Amino acid sequence: MQSLNTTLLIIGGGPGGYVTAIRAGQLGISTILVEGESLGGTCLNIGCIPSKALIHVAEQFHQTQHHSQHSALGISVSAPTLDISKSVEWKDGIVDRLTTGVAALLKKNKVQVIQGWAKIVDGKTVDVGDTRIQCEHLVLATGSKSVNLPMLPIGGPIISSTEALAPTSVPKRLTVVGGGYIGLELGIAYRKLGADVSVVEAQERILPAYDAELTQPVHDELKKLGVKLYLKHSVQGFDSSNNSLQVLGPDGDTLNLETDQVLVAVGRKPNTQGWNLEALNLAMNGSAIKIDNRCQTSMRNVYAIGDLSGEPMLAHRAMAQGEMVAELISGKTREFNPTAIAAVCFTDPELVVVGQTPDEAKAAGLDCIVSSFPFAANGRAMTLESKSGFVRVVARRDNHVIVGWQAVGVGVSELSTAFAQSLEMGARLEDIGGTIHAHPTLGEAVQEAALRALGHALHL
Amino acid sequence: MGTHVIKMPDIGEGIAEVELSVWHVKVGDMVVEDQVLADVMTDKAMVDIPSPVHGKVIALGGVPGEVMAVGSILISIEVEGAGNVKESAQPAPVKEAPVAAPKVEAVVESKPVAAAAPRAAVCQGPMVAREADERPLASPAVRKHALDLGIQLRLVRGSGPAGRVLHEDLDAYLAQGQSNASTVSSAYAQRNDEEQIPVIGMRRKIAQRMQDATQRAAHFSYVEEIDVTAVEELRAHLNEKHGATRGKLTLLPFLVRALVVALRDFPQINARYDDEAQVVTRLGAVHVGIATQADIGLMVPVVRHAEARSLWDNASEISRLATAARNGKASRDELSGSSITLTSLGALGGIVSTPVLNLPEVAIVGVNKIVERPMVVKGQIVIRKMMNLSSSFDHRVVDGMDAAQFIQAVRGLLEQPATLFVDSF
Repeated sequence: MQSLNTTLLIIGGGPGGYVTAIRAGQLGISTILVEGESLGGTCLNIGCIPSKALIHVAEQFHQTQHHSQHSALGISVSAPTLDISKSVEWKDGIVDRLTTGVAALLKKNKVQVIQGWAKIVDGKTVDVGDTRIQCEHLVLATGSKSVNLPMLPIGGPIISSTEALAPTSVPKRLTVVGGGYIGLELGIAYRKLGADVSVVEAQERILPAYDAELTQPVHDELKKLGVKLYLKHSVQGFDSSNNSLQVLGPDGDTLNLETDQVLVAVGRKPNTQGWNLEALNLAMNGSAIKIDNRCQTSMRNVYAIGDLSGEPMLAHRAMAQGEMVAELISGKTREFNPTAIAAVCFTDPELVVVGQTPDEAKAAGLDCIVSSFPFAANGRAMTLESKSGFVRVVARRDNHVIVGWQAVGVGVSELSTAFAQSLEMGARLEDIGGTIHAHPTLGEAVQEAALRALGHALHL
Repeated sequence: MGTHVIKMPDIGEGIAEVELSVWHVKVGDMVVEDQVLADVMTDKAMVDIPSPVHGKVIALGGVPGEVMAVGSILISIEVEGAGNVKESAQPAPVKEAPVAAPKVEAVVESKPVAAAAPRAAVCQGPMVAREADERPLASPAVRKHALDLGIQLRLVRGSGPAGRVLHEDLDAYLAQGQSNASTVSSAYAQRNDEEQIPVIGMRRKIAQRMQDATQRAAHFSYVEEIDVTAVEELRAHLNEKHGATRGKLTLLPFLVRALVVALRDFPQINARYDDEAQVVTRLGAVHVGIATQADIGLMVPVVRHAEARSLWDNASEISRLATAARNGKASRDELSGSSITLTSLGALGGIVSTPVLNLPEVAIVGVNKIVERPMVVKGQIVIRKMMNLSSSFDHRVVDGMDAAQFIQAVRGLLEQPATLFVDSF
């Protein structure tokens, strides 16, 4: 058995793991990264990036089709056709470029990447195949896996997001189980690619993690697109003989939804199985590894970052944790103390939540001003053919410090930057109201929401 | 609903000002009759101010440490019924008598403003305390810099908008050297920190009285060594014989007894000097003040009529008063009216001290440590228990010769302890 020694060993080459490795390399820490599949993890290979690529394809196809029928913009084209294999090829090209880029960055920072599946021996020893690696610090960054439903085992017509992101053809009918952000992002994309899409959600509204006001424009758009919603419906099983999904309605009635494919998108869970994590006997927080504000687990010099450490399961959180852990290991004093972590849904329209929502602020005992500005009154939104949605701000009544931003509308994902920055800098309503926002941009709605909270919106 | 106003009571004869020591209630609290609202302090003692009514506290008249005039408004309480203020504090109808309304407003509004001012002043330093769960407002760069510097951001005052902690605030905090102990990496690290302790309450009283005494009195100090071998033998004997039943004796009751006996011949030393009236009052009674170190500072409870008490009586009284003073339970009466003071540093002792007079008394007797020393007795070097007595007198009214003779008399009594108890008239 070959044996290696290193200061830092990272298990998992996703956004959390590879960022830890890059930063550790910058700080001169001898680092080994173990990855069983492809660098970039779920995010780059079967998550964030490919889904956005597919959403872009779907949007372009949808727009072209729209123009071929009745274009208010005066564009006339003939009905488009879609070669989905080419679309997937294009998407794979992006993924390749990104994963190759990650590999290059790791190499540049002198990180040794070992391909293979890690098996934990103890807190300072990990086996990868025939190689035994001894380390001083161990970072666990194995990410998460899709939650499966026992009555809907993945295979054949039943697919997970991974298969949905690499289609060989667009199904005629697709039923999405789960009305959260993954199910809706993919459901809308498939609808725009031409599939008849139904969404089955057990709760009474889509995107149940967010408030009704915020999700209403998405709900309206789903209707407009012709996506069928089965809210308060739960899945019973799938009959492969006639390709029908049995769902139970709120009144106890059973429906048979005929469908060609079923996409199971009911959430993700920390990836704690299959790599002998049990050997460490770490303290857990539900199904996630319990960590403190330095991402330290219950075992000294063993850290857990990203989805493995629980909610919010977001790549940008994992990256920030990874960067911090590398600096901690280098001897710096650090703690994970963001004011807010933005969450974005790339639905149509897009949805952004940063910091506290009105309900959360209220629950925290804050007396807040809540104010929103509609894109219907924003010039740039009109030129983008977007009328729905709004920007909403939540600020303390006593000192006007902003505690949260929410937005829903076309292209609002890019506003997350401004939102997070204003929260981290401790901005007050007056700061945002007093910042000149370029015209014509969607960002003007951000300034106007702050002004409206102060009682003097200019364009409303 | 009415407002009941409690004014600062006159708790000492002819005292015009009283210091507010501590509030036991805050605005919004419900109080019941006889509940203690505040402690106030006069020259001598801490006095509880109980509530005469049931009701809700609507305004406090001062902040702890504030010296308030007797008769000024201490606290306003909202009560059922009419209260003792003519009209309620609610916005009065326009036709209401114009005199009454502003008066009430002054009660409710102007005082809290005055009370808030010192608190704001406290926040002027670079240090500030936040609630444990309160997240300080600061940008990511400031947060990271604070971590690098080992500063707890929670303790740093923010000068930015809405109390945002800026880079400059970290610099100011560091400049003051008030980073907490965790940043002191070496025991030999240079320290530039300062801590400001407001001299209020008991400390202010002590400071005033000490300054007053040293400025007004002409201190004359006199030290004599006393052979306490005999009196210590007697004390040991008495403790052996009666300790179980009557309690243990310290040297103090013997000293008290010596003062009582010696003072019969030196009435000018058991006296109070009113230097404004230019009158010395000689007292027949010997009220011995016992200087006592309490947590809040020096206190002087008084053994009254020591001349009429037995040795054990004096001993138990000293013990009781010292305990009461240390626990802050001594009453105003127990803390005033002494005619001479006894001060002892106990086992700490020292060789010599220069006690400061407890005005308007004219004498204070300080006890130093008992040590065994080689002494020459009848041509032989023998080991004797020796103790110094360091005393101060007000030379304005006590002549040096009288003072010295008085101490020599005390020495004689202690060295021949039988004379303490032999009826000498």
